[in-house]
Amino acid sequence: MIFSLLDVLALLPELILVAVACILLVLDPLIKKCSGLAGVISVVTIIAAAIATYCIASGDLAGGSFFADMHKIDLYSVFFKMIFYVATVLVMLMSFQYVKTKDINMSEYYILMLFSLTGMMILASAVDLLTIYVGLELMSIPVYVLAGFKQSSRKSNEGAMKYIILGAFSSGILLYGISFIYGLTGTTDLAGIAVALKDPVTSVPALSIAIVMLVAGFAFKIAGVPFHMWAPDAYEGAPTPITAFMSVGVKAASFAVMVRVFMVGLEPLYDQWVIILIVISVLSMGYGNLVAISQKSIKRMLAYSSIAHAGYALLGLIAGTAEGVSSVLFYMAVYAVMNIGAFAIIILLSVNGRIDQLDSYRGLGKTNKLVALLMMILLFSLAGIPPMAGFMGKFYVFKALLSQGMVPLAIFAVLMSSVAAYFYIRVIMVMYMKEPDGEFKMFKPACLYFVILLTVVVTIWHGVYPTLLIDLARLASSII
Amino acid sequence: MLLTYVPVLFMTGFITVVAIGVLFVSSLVRPKNPYAEKLTSWECGIESKGESNTGHYKVHFFVIAILFILFDVETLFLFPWAVILGDPTIATLAFIEMFVFIGILSVGLVYAWGKGALDWL
Amino acid sequence: MILERLFFILFAVVAIAAAGGVVCFKNPVHSAFSLIVCLLQVAAIFVLLRSPFLAVVQIFIYVGAVMVLFLFVVLVLDIKKASLETFPGLKRWPVYVILPVMAIEFLIVIFGKSFAHMQMAEAGAETTVEVIGLALFTHYLLPFEIISVLLLAAMVGAIIMAKKRWN
Repeated sequence: MIFSLLDVLALLPELILVAVACILLVLDPLIKKCSGLAGVISVVTIIAAAIATYCIASGDLAGGSFFADMHKIDLYSVFFKMIFYVATVLVMLMSFQYVKTKDINMSEYYILMLFSLTGMMILASAVDLLTIYVGLELMSIPVYVLAGFKQSSRKSNEGAMKYIILGAFSSGILLYGISFIYGLTGTTDLAGIAVALKDPVTSVPALSIAIVMLVAGFAFKIAGVPFHMWAPDAYEGAPTPITAFMSVGVKAASFAVMVRVFMVGLEPLYDQWVIILIVISVLSMGYGNLVAISQKSIKRMLAYSSIAHAGYALLGLIAGTAEGVSSVLFYMAVYAVMNIGAFAIIILLSVNGRIDQLDSYRGLGKTNKLVALLMMILLFSLAGIPPMAGFMGKFYVFKALLSQGMVPLAIFAVLMSSVAAYFYIRVIMVMYMKEPDGEFKMFKPACLYFVILLTVVVTIWHGVYPTLLIDLARLASSII
Repeated sequence: MLLTYVPVLFMTGFITVVAIGVLFVSSLVRPKNPYAEKLTSWECGIESKGESNTGHYKVHFFVIAILFILFDVETLFLFPWAVILGDPTIATLAFIEMFVFIGILSVGLVYAWGKGALDWL
Repeated sequence: MILERLFFILFAVVAIAAAGGVVCFKNPVHSAFSLIVCLLQVAAIFVLLRSPFLAVVQIFIYVGAVMVLFLFVVLVLDIKKASLETFPGLKRWPVYVILPVMAIEFLIVIFGKSFAHMQMAEAGAETTVEVIGLALFTHYLLPFEIISVLLLAAMVGAIIMAKKRWN
């Protein structure tokens, strides 16, 4: 039971992040003058942590579990950690200009993101319900604060308030579910739970309640209907880079842990939880896509679209096979990139003084040809139109679903994505078919532009040539 | 085992009974003459003005209370820690673990101090 | 054993009555004090369940710190206004439907032999602070250390959220 230095070494990436965050906190009064510094240091730290993760994953520690089987280093966790690193670095890069224009330029902005990232990484590696709960809280609490970072904005405050209250409520429900599971199986370890659940004496009504509670808790984090109420307001009110962070990072981390809990721990109860997940998935796809149609604000539209995307990604988990899990991984990676790209373009317009409304995009195709083209590619990808990566994401999910014979569900999902195409293409219509208000000279910060170009290149690359990523995803999901 | 808690029970019960009893007895004896003026806060005979009169206190109270909760949770973990420190097999390890824990939290204290969250006014 | 059961009934009844008081009192300060009574009873029930550490946690964190927070919130808010305001015209009938459904559901769970197969703890066995300490510092070390980071993040968040208003 005594720990060795190996345990500490396995936790190195997380330790790097926490250590740098602590140093930045202590030095905060000193570096207040040059607050961009904290952002640069954070980006460098995350890259260092990514290198550390890579070294650990390719070294002897790979495949082991540490801290008394609480922390697992396998390809699955490394795959998700890489998504988190990329997402967080991109979000930080697109924040540099934004925080200056919105007057929220504080080093805590980056520090809280580092803390949240640490929570996500712990979640990706967690194989114990207790670690999962603590990791979820560590991920969420900084995001609650970040969502309300624009103190002078009523919308930001309102969104953050809803997010905090509903978030606390949902983690209470999740904890209640966890305590039921612990009470019925006598362990919090996922593998141990699976063993205990295979025993028929444990199939009692309390277990169904526990499953409902776990699903509700996780569905809140991924913003699945009917646990989505906070999402549109929180997404709209939060600073735009944080919206991207919430819709990408938090969602991917929640999927990482959800897949592990359901496919490893609750695997013997597949028949029970799959019904609830199907309901949530169908509602999310239907509601998210239909309500997105009527939105005037692009951020709000993307909020509803992110609800719908959660529904699509859930389909992979519903399939309940290794193929399904790999499609979830692929979907999350692709969704992270294309969604961040779309938000980066919203930020680009916002730092140029355009408000976040559909009308701001009028005639963008005539005044700023390149930006409009990039936005069109990203929106096509979100809509799932080939040859963009978003199409491949949906393709693999549907394939996993069909190979399990769930044809009606797949048909519904395809129908809903054609509804989705309508509101994405409407933005493109506004960009190309409407006349511009006048000349619009855009100021393009280098970091932001880099993010947009990178996401577009990756989106096209994985759309045309998805083999690399899907092979990695298959490798990562083979252990589940 | 439970018997060790009986004195605690007796004490809390006794205190509750005494407190309620005193209030009850005095309510029988004391004169009753309530009027509105008695409900106002008394400040040397001057009518109170300013923010405390409306019931609005500074948000600062709230920050202090939150900091108090966080450190309270920290102290709570010291309790089982202190109990197992006598066990020689894990004493050193537990010692280091707790100092990491306290170290991370003291970063928060330094931060709060540097931010001026502990300053009054 | 009978005595223990009697005490349990005493604590449980007082706890439920106090919890009712929390909801029913008009004055938020009275509600807060009623909550203290309720939490103290729960602490006593923890003692009956042979986990004195949880009883201490209950008194330390809830009766101590959380109640201070509650009372400060009552101070910061406008008491007179808050106590006069009732909830905006919400329809109350869903409550009367949902609550009995939930109650029946939980009763089914409790009396549906959900926990029949479980090994009960030995009668009279106490979960001592040593047991908790050992588990915390060996098996559950990782979550324990993450809690410190979590508390730090919460502290930073609390300070940030309230910062400008008192600067």
